[in-house]
Amino acid sequence: MKTATNKPDYVLFDRTTRAFIYNMQTKAVQRMLDFDYASKREIPSVAAIINPTGSDSYSKFFFGPQEILLPVYKSMQTAAEKCPDADVMINFASFRSAADATLEALQLPQIRTVVIIAEGVPERKMKEVIARAKELNKVIIGPATIGGIVAGAFKIGNTGGTIENILESKLHRPGSVGCVSNSGGLSNETYNIIARNTDGLYEGIAIGGDRFPGTTLVDHLLRFEKNPAIKMLVALGEVGGNDEYEIVKALQEKKITKPLVIWVTGTCAKAFKTEVQFGHAGAKADLEMETADAKNKALREAGAYVPDSFDDYDKLINEVYTGLVKEGVIIPAPEPEIPKIPVDYDTALKSKMIRKPANFVSSISDDRGEECLYGNKTISQVVREGLGIGGTISLLWFKRLMPQYALKFIEMCLIITADHGPAVSGAHNCIVATRAGKDLVSSLVSGLLTIGPRFGGAIDGAAQMISEAYDTNTPPAQFVAEMKKKGVNIQGIGHRVKSTHNPDLRVTLIKEYAQQNFKETPLLNYALEVEKITTTKRDNLILNVDGCIGVCFADLLRNEMTKEEADEYIRMGALNGLFVLGRSIGLIGHHLDQKRLKQGLYRHPWDDIAFLNE
Amino acid sequence: MAQKAIREAQGKKMIARLLKEYDGGKYTVEDSFISVSPETDLEALPKEYPWLDSTKVVVKPDQLIKRRGKNNLLLLDARWNEAREWISERMQTEITIDGVTGLLDHFIIEPYIKHDEDDEYYVAITSVREGDNILFYHRGGVDVGDVDEKAEKMLVPIGDFPSASDIEKNLLGYLNDERKGIVAGFIEVLFKLYADCHFAYLEINPLVVVDDRVHILDLAAKLDSTADFLCKTKWDGIEFPSPFGRVLTEDEAYIEELDSKTGSSLKLTILNPKGRVWTMVAGGGASVIYADTITDLGYMDEMANYGEYSGDPNEEFTYKYARTILDCMTREIDPRGKFLLIGGAIANFTDVASTFKGIIRALKEYRQKLIDNKVKIFVRRGGPNYKEGLRQMKELGQTLGVPIEVFGPEAHMTKIVKLALKGGN
Repeated sequence: MKTATNKPDYVLFDRTTRAFIYNMQTKAVQRMLDFDYASKREIPSVAAIINPTGSDSYSKFFFGPQEILLPVYKSMQTAAEKCPDADVMINFASFRSAADATLEALQLPQIRTVVIIAEGVPERKMKEVIARAKELNKVIIGPATIGGIVAGAFKIGNTGGTIENILESKLHRPGSVGCVSNSGGLSNETYNIIARNTDGLYEGIAIGGDRFPGTTLVDHLLRFEKNPAIKMLVALGEVGGNDEYEIVKALQEKKITKPLVIWVTGTCAKAFKTEVQFGHAGAKADLEMETADAKNKALREAGAYVPDSFDDYDKLINEVYTGLVKEGVIIPAPEPEIPKIPVDYDTALKSKMIRKPANFVSSISDDRGEECLYGNKTISQVVREGLGIGGTISLLWFKRLMPQYALKFIEMCLIITADHGPAVSGAHNCIVATRAGKDLVSSLVSGLLTIGPRFGGAIDGAAQMISEAYDTNTPPAQFVAEMKKKGVNIQGIGHRVKSTHNPDLRVTLIKEYAQQNFKETPLLNYALEVEKITTTKRDNLILNVDGCIGVCFADLLRNEMTKEEADEYIRMGALNGLFVLGRSIGLIGHHLDQKRLKQGLYRHPWDDIAFLNE
Repeated sequence: MAQKAIREAQGKKMIARLLKEYDGGKYTVEDSFISVSPETDLEALPKEYPWLDSTKVVVKPDQLIKRRGKNNLLLLDARWNEAREWISERMQTEITIDGVTGLLDHFIIEPYIKHDEDDEYYVAITSVREGDNILFYHRGGVDVGDVDEKAEKMLVPIGDFPSASDIEKNLLGYLNDERKGIVAGFIEVLFKLYADCHFAYLEINPLVVVDDRVHILDLAAKLDSTADFLCKTKWDGIEFPSPFGRVLTEDEAYIEELDSKTGSSLKLTILNPKGRVWTMVAGGGASVIYADTITDLGYMDEMANYGEYSGDPNEEFTYKYARTILDCMTREIDPRGKFLLIGGAIANFTDVASTFKGIIRALKEYRQKLIDNKVKIFVRRGGPNYKEGLRQMKELGQTLGVPIEVFGPEAHMTKIVKLALKGGN
């Protein structure tokens, strides 16, 4: 790579200029690259991005239709070493750090120009920056500016707005006019006026609205004066300060000889009885000579073309331009062909130019708005309306808000399934994993992975088995007999210790709640008929807690939706989900408990293993 | 965000409080200042400030009013009961100074410092591009005259801090040796404080030396409000009052409050509520040009408001902003009709269609009132998505019952001003 060549002083930016962008301003970078492509630049104008809060990496951008990688560096120093050809720093740092970042950039020998975008940089800090830049013979543009542009060559950040506007204002190819203004907001407007009334802009700079801009109107006009490609000057000043008198002086001293059309805004200030601060920090007249009227008069007397009002600014620019064409000073060039710039996907989508099938669908929650929605309820509504965990599950699993009795039942099931002591498979596995030093998620999952046909799966199994028998109108006795014949245990029937004489209170609780609150409980009724038969064979063949939850939940779903929907939810594993969710509470408890008790690695004792080594 | 003036009492208190941080306590200045506002209970003051009973006082309004001495707004060498009466007579009364009428509502009371005219000096520090200028004149007080002409000046380059001997050499040629030492040392410290606290302007007139003590009798100061993040502790919650005479109307206050709630900018100043030309302009720069053009075309007296919205305010804020202006402009019918200029330059980022949405909503809401007031609307705007925005405005024009003329970047920005006021000629 070559280092920045020795360009004449009056050239800050040209078609080979490369810049650093300070801070991750991906939109601004993309706009610069789009401009580059429209201007048929061979290499992108951005050399690298400096991201002080990130790490060295790359970032993807488009250069026309092609994707390219731009380097991202954490430090300015590294960026400078890696990209010795960059001589511009576009500083997007906030008002807090903009001055310090600029001082750092000025220290880099290769940097010739720093542009400060931030608004609200303290004046004193800015004066330090100005003094340092002067000492090092470097140029500052800004602060509080959009930047500037050399048509068809280099564009600072967001100058010129959208690519459509850049093309409409013919900023993709050079004209003959040098333009400088305070306001960045008005720069697009001025370039538009220039495009419509002359052969176009050559270079435009917005110096920014602060009281102490890094460079002033006259600094740039003097630079334009020296540039042989610029034939005509256009400027827009504003009330406050005395920059415009420097222009007057330069005109009087013949340091500016190219025709200059200028207007100083703020002639309305006389209509205000008390002090009004206009949009810009510098726009306030403290003295008579700082008023727009006084400045316009002085400029007119010094030989500038000054309209009577902004309303005639365009006509005057046109007049002066036409004169220069007649004199042969300006020979308008033919319009170059504009390369086609692909529209950004987002822009095209927004303007309804394109459509594309989505790769993802989702129908239960939506976080695109002000607040995330669970179904049609915002999270704060879920909380404020006291819908609880039951309501949350109802909305997110079943896509509807079920009545209160159902929500309470869901919560009851979660409470009942939450834990069943440390000895069951899930808890045991979780404890062993915890004691092996694993983290919460690993230990939890280790426990959850035991859930299946033999552990916890009976809820699902019972619901499916019982509802199939019920739906096929199989009489309970026949069902029991068939199962016996097949040698299949009926899921959800049987308990290790509980029996008809020693009923499981959890089962009683669920059963009674369902019978009292559900609209109907056909599956539970059927299961109880089955229980009557099985308990005659052995008194511990009772409907157990898994079976009871399973059939009652199936009843609940059939209460609240069509049978087909309810069956579909069970097939998809909703009941299993209920057990997984409930038991996760207990498993997390076991994990925390083991950690709290500082339990070391578990090793199963040899004497508990029957070694069958023959 | 700019240079903003502070109240005299707050400025003096700040200097008195911070001076020791810069000179280790060598200089102390008076810090017995009392700020009086309409809420102050004058009767209770002597209890809180016992010195009021034993010391003669000075009273003056503390509302950024210039030349108070010349305008008869200064009470000197008074006893507390006289001072109390003087304030009571003036509190909440209207006065007119240099053509500006306003309400007196803030006063400062301070001990009267007996001194000779010869003890009065003029000191100011002003901020310039290269650094700061220190101005000194060996006479001070109300009759000091044109200090720009008369005062000794010393430019301190940015980053430099002048020593007492530099100051003595450059500024204090007319003082006797004893005074030279005191004043030079004081200015040295004052400058450090000025720089470190991000003052943008500081004027003491007069600075008085009695025996070996320095007194700041009259202070005018501005701070660079952008340095707030650097000086939070030192400024200690200092406030930036509105200029004298500028009492916000209800609508202005509403917009100011709205403005404070958004990262965008919403500004409104009512210039003449009976004016027939109303503007709703996007952008700080463009809004000034619209106001200029109305002035330049000779309609200064008809210009009803100045204001701007910028920084991409969302639909809700734009709607509220537009509604406020529409409400103001339809309060009193003028048989000659009114004009509403919805103007703006070519935006850099702002989505024109989406900001217009809020304005259109407000226009629809005020439909009948706009018809009753014979309002003619003129629109000019460019920027992202402007074609869609202009299309919506044109469409509205066909149904609203109020004439709306719509222009884009093909029309000069201020064309609509001429079109409205002069029928295009």
